[in-house]
Amino acid sequence: MAGGFAEAGADLELQGITKRFPGFTAIEDLTLTIPAGSFFALLGPSGCGKTTTLRLVAGLEDPTEGRILIGGKDVTDTKPYQRPVNTVFQSYALFPHMTVLENVAFGLRRRGISDPVGKAHEALRLVELDHVAQRKPAQLSGGQQQRVALARAVVNRPALLLLDEPLGALDLKLRRQMQLELKDIQADVGLTFLHVTHDQEEAMTMADTVAVMNKGEIEQMGAPEELYELPRTAFVANFLGQSNLFTGSVIASQGDLLTVDIAGRKLALPRQRAQRHAGEVTIGIRPEKLILHTTAPVEAAGTNIVGPGRVTDVSFTGVSTQYQVAVPGLGQVTVFAQNMVFGPVVNVGAEVWLTWTADHTFGIADDPATGPRFEPDTDTKTIALERRERLEAELDEA
Amino acid sequence: MAFGAFTTTAAAPVEAAPRRKSRVALLLLLPGLAYLALFFLVPLVSLIITSLQTRVQGGELGEFEAGFNLAVYGQVIGNYGPHILRSFGYALAATIFALLFSYPLAYFLGVTLRRYPLLQALGLTLVIAPFFISFLLRTLAWKQILSDEGIVLGTLKSLSVIPPDAHVTGTAGAVIFGLAYNFIPFMTLPIYTSLERLDLRYVEAGGDLYASPARTFLSVTLPLSAPGVISGTLLTFIPAAGDYVNASNAFLGSPDTAMIGNAIESNFLTQQNYPVAASLSIILMASILVLVAVYVRRSGTEDLV
Repeated sequence: MAGGFAEAGADLELQGITKRFPGFTAIEDLTLTIPAGSFFALLGPSGCGKTTTLRLVAGLEDPTEGRILIGGKDVTDTKPYQRPVNTVFQSYALFPHMTVLENVAFGLRRRGISDPVGKAHEALRLVELDHVAQRKPAQLSGGQQQRVALARAVVNRPALLLLDEPLGALDLKLRRQMQLELKDIQADVGLTFLHVTHDQEEAMTMADTVAVMNKGEIEQMGAPEELYELPRTAFVANFLGQSNLFTGSVIASQGDLLTVDIAGRKLALPRQRAQRHAGEVTIGIRPEKLILHTTAPVEAAGTNIVGPGRVTDVSFTGVSTQYQVAVPGLGQVTVFAQNMVFGPVVNVGAEVWLTWTADHTFGIADDPATGPRFEPDTDTKTIALERRERLEAELDEA
Repeated sequence: MAFGAFTTTAAAPVEAAPRRKSRVALLLLLPGLAYLALFFLVPLVSLIITSLQTRVQGGELGEFEAGFNLAVYGQVIGNYGPHILRSFGYALAATIFALLFSYPLAYFLGVTLRRYPLLQALGLTLVIAPFFISFLLRTLAWKQILSDEGIVLGTLKSLSVIPPDAHVTGTAGAVIFGLAYNFIPFMTLPIYTSLERLDLRYVEAGGDLYASPARTFLSVTLPLSAPGVISGTLLTFIPAAGDYVNASNAFLGSPDTAMIGNAIESNFLTQQNYPVAASLSIILMASILVLVAVYVRRSGTEDLV
């Protein structure tokens, strides 16, 4: 058992972790190193294996294959209570028969640390709940319970703190406040935090490193800015914010620039921002990088132009306005425009052109055959013909 | 289930109902109140009056007249002291054995079998199954099994494991065994209902906070299942203390193991000494009331969620 407080955070190393449950594989060959003292977020939709990863680290599940190392020590075969790890559970799991204070002091008492009550009060002061120390958890609000759960874990100063959607039950204001507090605690104490969440904004604002997880595998890992500005897969591009993705084939490659033909338009992107350099590729652009023009813009080197298209939807969100533009050959394109003037600049039905700096384009690694694709323009005659053929085929089958 | 009777002591304060509804409430309460008055209050008063009756001078056996003979209580405690002590001693021992047997059983049914509802239902049926046979028959069956030449002792004697004159029936052990056996379902079911609702995430949290499985059991699982344990022990202890079947000669006991229930039975039916039987009943009732009140207060059920 870990004796005394951890002096500092510890590295967490997952080596080739696979976890199979009867009937499905939750995690497939996951290898990951989280350096000591970092704030690491595992981000993904529900069912992607992130909570299972956390439970494996806590020792609440056993991996089917692979090893787990904390601070260089193999803990794969140790029981949860022997690991220098604490968890803030999504359900809080505060002991209902103990007071808040006893809950927070529980871990300290088990490890025989001196002055458990004093230290528990200190931890409760940290989350501003010392005044409810003598109450039972059921007498607290959801947000307060969550803060108690946080205090109960942090008070043990574990080498590694696991957070399972720890801010899920809080309203927006308290959430922001707790995000800042968590970051402060992490910076003060220098612990290693492993934070599991499906909230991309939370992951980006809090973590030093974000790993986006999908279907039991890590799709991409890196600093939040890097992940946002240069997503490598369609999943990351759409899970972390929104993206417009277009598919076409590379027609020219000069120096640092690739030129991609998309429905007859030539779009440029920097070679180092592309994952695939030849053949069919999918490229993307973030909606806020797009600029709306009501007149045809002048062609210029280093600028991509698409249009004309028609505005199909305008929604005002306060800080910005979101436009949906239907561009023939590209489909629906989303544009975020800052509200620099009062209200939207164009209305539904307006004819617009879109431009962006070629340097902002990114090329993703997905195979375009399986990735998103937009139908090439077809005239009504061919559409009618295709439909007729489909109907005939259906009739033949029946 | 009725076994949850003791779990809801911490009920939320109910807001005062509007005044006009009180007449309906009173009307609805009437049958219950009448029942209590007729079948509890009247017999209780009659019992107290009976206990204070005095023997008719020169009368026949079982002939008494109204009186105020408080001395009977002192006399009864003097004569039947060992019976009273034995009753509570046996009941306590039987409760402890039933608890030690039932808790693991209830844990297995309520927690281990949680993912297999069919097996869980089957297990519960097996716990209740003994009720399908009469209480008397079951106890008689045990008398047969444990008799001196029965299957257990006979075999052990022929193997010379125990001396040929060894016997089990008629001993305190047999009576306690019989009591524990008969009340195990009453102990198991309330503990089961507590454990079945136990949120295993608390157990995980205990492990996460450096508590070993044994420590987690003592600090988390046991306190959270306390309402079931308390109802179970009460449902076992109270009837066991007044039981007169297991300890009687005809079943698992002997004159040496007679409990207060046996003394009441013999005074009432054989000796026809009604004041003694009635005062013994009142002493039994009062002692149980005091013991249970102290127990419930000490175990602090009102603090449990």
